[in-house]
Amino acid sequence: MGHIVELENVNKIYGTNHVVKDLNLTVEEGEFLTLLGSSGCGKTTTLRMIAGFEEPTEGSIKVEGESIEEKEPFERDVNTVFQSYALFPHKTIFDNIAYGLKMKKVPKDEIKERVKEIMKLVQLEGFEKRYPSQLSGGQKQRVAIARALINKPKVLLLDEPLGALDLKLRKQMQLELKRLQKKLNITFIYVTHDQEEALTMSDRIAIMHDGILDQLGTPTEIYESPATKFVATFIGETNIFDGMVSLVNEDDVQVTIENGFISGKAEGFRFGEYITVSVRPEKMKYSDTHVHGFSIVGTVKDYVYVGSVIKCIVALPNGNELKLERLAGQSLPEIGSYIYPYWEKEDAVLIHSRENSIFEALDNITLA
Amino acid sequence: MEKSHSKHEWRANTLPAMVMVGPVTLVLLFLVVAPLIFVGIMSLCKTDEYYNVVYDFTLVNYAKLISPDYLKIYLQSLLIAFFTTVICILLGYPFSYIIARTKSKKKTLLYMLVIIPFWTNSLIRIYGWRTFLGSSGWLNSLLMLLHITKEPVDMLYKTGTTILGMVYCLIPFMILPLYTAIEKLDTSLLEASSDLGAKPVKTLFEVIIPLTSSGIFSGSIMVFIPCLGYFFVSNILGGGNTDVIGNLIERQFKSANNWPLGAALSIILILVTLVLVKIYQKLGGDMDSLGV
Ligand SMILES: Nc1ncnc2c1ncn2[C@@H]1O[C@H](COP(=O)(O)OP(=O)(O)O)[C@@H](O)[C@H]1O
Ligand SMILES: [Mg+2]
Repeated sequence: MGHIVELENVNKIYGTNHVVKDLNLTVEEGEFLTLLGSSGCGKTTTLRMIAGFEEPTEGSIKVEGESIEEKEPFERDVNTVFQSYALFPHKTIFDNIAYGLKMKKVPKDEIKERVKEIMKLVQLEGFEKRYPSQLSGGQKQRVAIARALINKPKVLLLDEPLGALDLKLRKQMQLELKRLQKKLNITFIYVTHDQEEALTMSDRIAIMHDGILDQLGTPTEIYESPATKFVATFIGETNIFDGMVSLVNEDDVQVTIENGFISGKAEGFRFGEYITVSVRPEKMKYSDTHVHGFSIVGTVKDYVYVGSVIKCIVALPNGNELKLERLAGQSLPEIGSYIYPYWEKEDAVLIHSRENSIFEALDNITLA
Repeated sequence: MEKSHSKHEWRANTLPAMVMVGPVTLVLLFLVVAPLIFVGIMSLCKTDEYYNVVYDFTLVNYAKLISPDYLKIYLQSLLIAFFTTVICILLGYPFSYIIARTKSKKKTLLYMLVIIPFWTNSLIRIYGWRTFLGSSGWLNSLLMLLHITKEPVDMLYKTGTTILGMVYCLIPFMILPLYTAIEKLDTSLLEASSDLGAKPVKTLFEVIIPLTSSGIFSGSIMVFIPCLGYFFVSNILGGGNTDVIGNLIERQFKSANNWPLGAALSIILILVTLVLVKIYQKLGGDMDSLGV
């Protein structure tokens, strides 16, 4: 296992639009790394810089330790699966898939052999003589993947490859892609804006937000300990509380928020610091009396059934809403009743606010 | 009941359609179909000794058209058209590519460079070339001034000069369809090609040209066909040495005053055109891009 792709301080600026900011990212050999972020955050641009279609304004990109800035796309050992598939409409499926090998002047017999092999792998046997326009979306997708994979690239770049497929097909292709990646042991850099997809498929996820890499980690790390407020809200559902540290104990802190105070387990927070607290709906508990460390009260407003889970919406005095989630059949309070929401202190994730200068915080203290 | 229903339908659908299409149909009938029939009839007529048209059926005009003298000129005309088309492709393709792929405001400027000469009558522009290329023209003066040649170079009245004039007149008809085809080309296909290891030249032959062949096709048709008829270009720049089919027709209607023979030639030219367009269609050409 080595570093296969390294991005060092990569910046991309279009005119006055700073699209990718100081991106440092190391991709390990054989891993499935996902670039995740909302639309316009710079994912495609990052991918295109690795493929060679865009040049970084600043910074360097290395593949296998070798700087590739000087290399044209056709000289780079990476291949791309385009979101729009970009299949050659005037070439048969066979010729589309064989294109890369033909460019490398691989002998005809070997091309035939390898195309056959890869078509079997992506379950496209029998489609050799068809044209792209005669295929369904899912089949085109397989062709695009086969066309890239047949070149055995060191890294495969995939830009929202499943974006155009319907939900059922997408789920199926997610599993297939993952299977292919493990089987061929090729490094995947996968772009998506779908957090569920990222959580399902990735070894590691890099979350981008406004051109900045917010967090890099395994799906579990990212889900359980989001590093920024953006990550916390972007991945899965969560309850967010913005507040200020008002009490620091040995290994837990109390945080004052608009509706009272709450608690969480954490070290390294200072009194008076602005922080964000994130608690997943399934970790939320409730009681009909005060719980030590918590002072918030709410009214049960509504229930929402989502498949096998029930979501309970709780309104706080200031109008904010909380979500509690339970499996169907588990008990939940009645609509209209007053409850005291709380959680086990270790279930809360405490996040430093971006502007967390203690002096600034002190200046802005307004006691709730 | 039935009747009033169909009457109603007639008034609702057929009548408005007729009112709208009617005038156009009439204009077409009088300005295109009738003259065409008339030319067809005339091509089958005789002339008396003073070259007056005699309405008497004969095939003699067509028989004259297969004499070796005429065949030589057809061949010459086809060759001129062929070379003009090839040169238009070779010059027009890179130019169209540049306009189509330019993103900035320069694109409009480049596009206008193609269009603006069209605002001047092509006859005048061709005379301009004659002045430019003549033995006391600018080009020769410049060559002598720079001591590249001592004597003026004879540049007029050559096949090459006619081809130059044809290219000059017709290249916009090549550039415009090419531009349309190239602009439609999906950039991600070029990126995909490069991504899969194709050098630019490979991408050109494997992806760009095949996918813009419709533009090359229709451009070629739109250059080749007029080239057979642009008699004024070969008159002015070729001086009678480089006749195209158009010259033959012009001569029969004017100096030779043999209208039936001119009509027969016209019919031949129309047939050649139809055959070319049919071939174009057979090869998968799109009639819309010819502006038909
Ligand atoms: N060629 C370009 N010229 C100017 N701006 C661009 C260009 N490509 C992308 N951008 C801008 O960069 C930002 C990020 O785009 P992109 O990388 O495509 O985002 P994502 O793939 O995450 O949705 C967007 O604001 C987009 O408008
Ligand atoms: Mg994108």
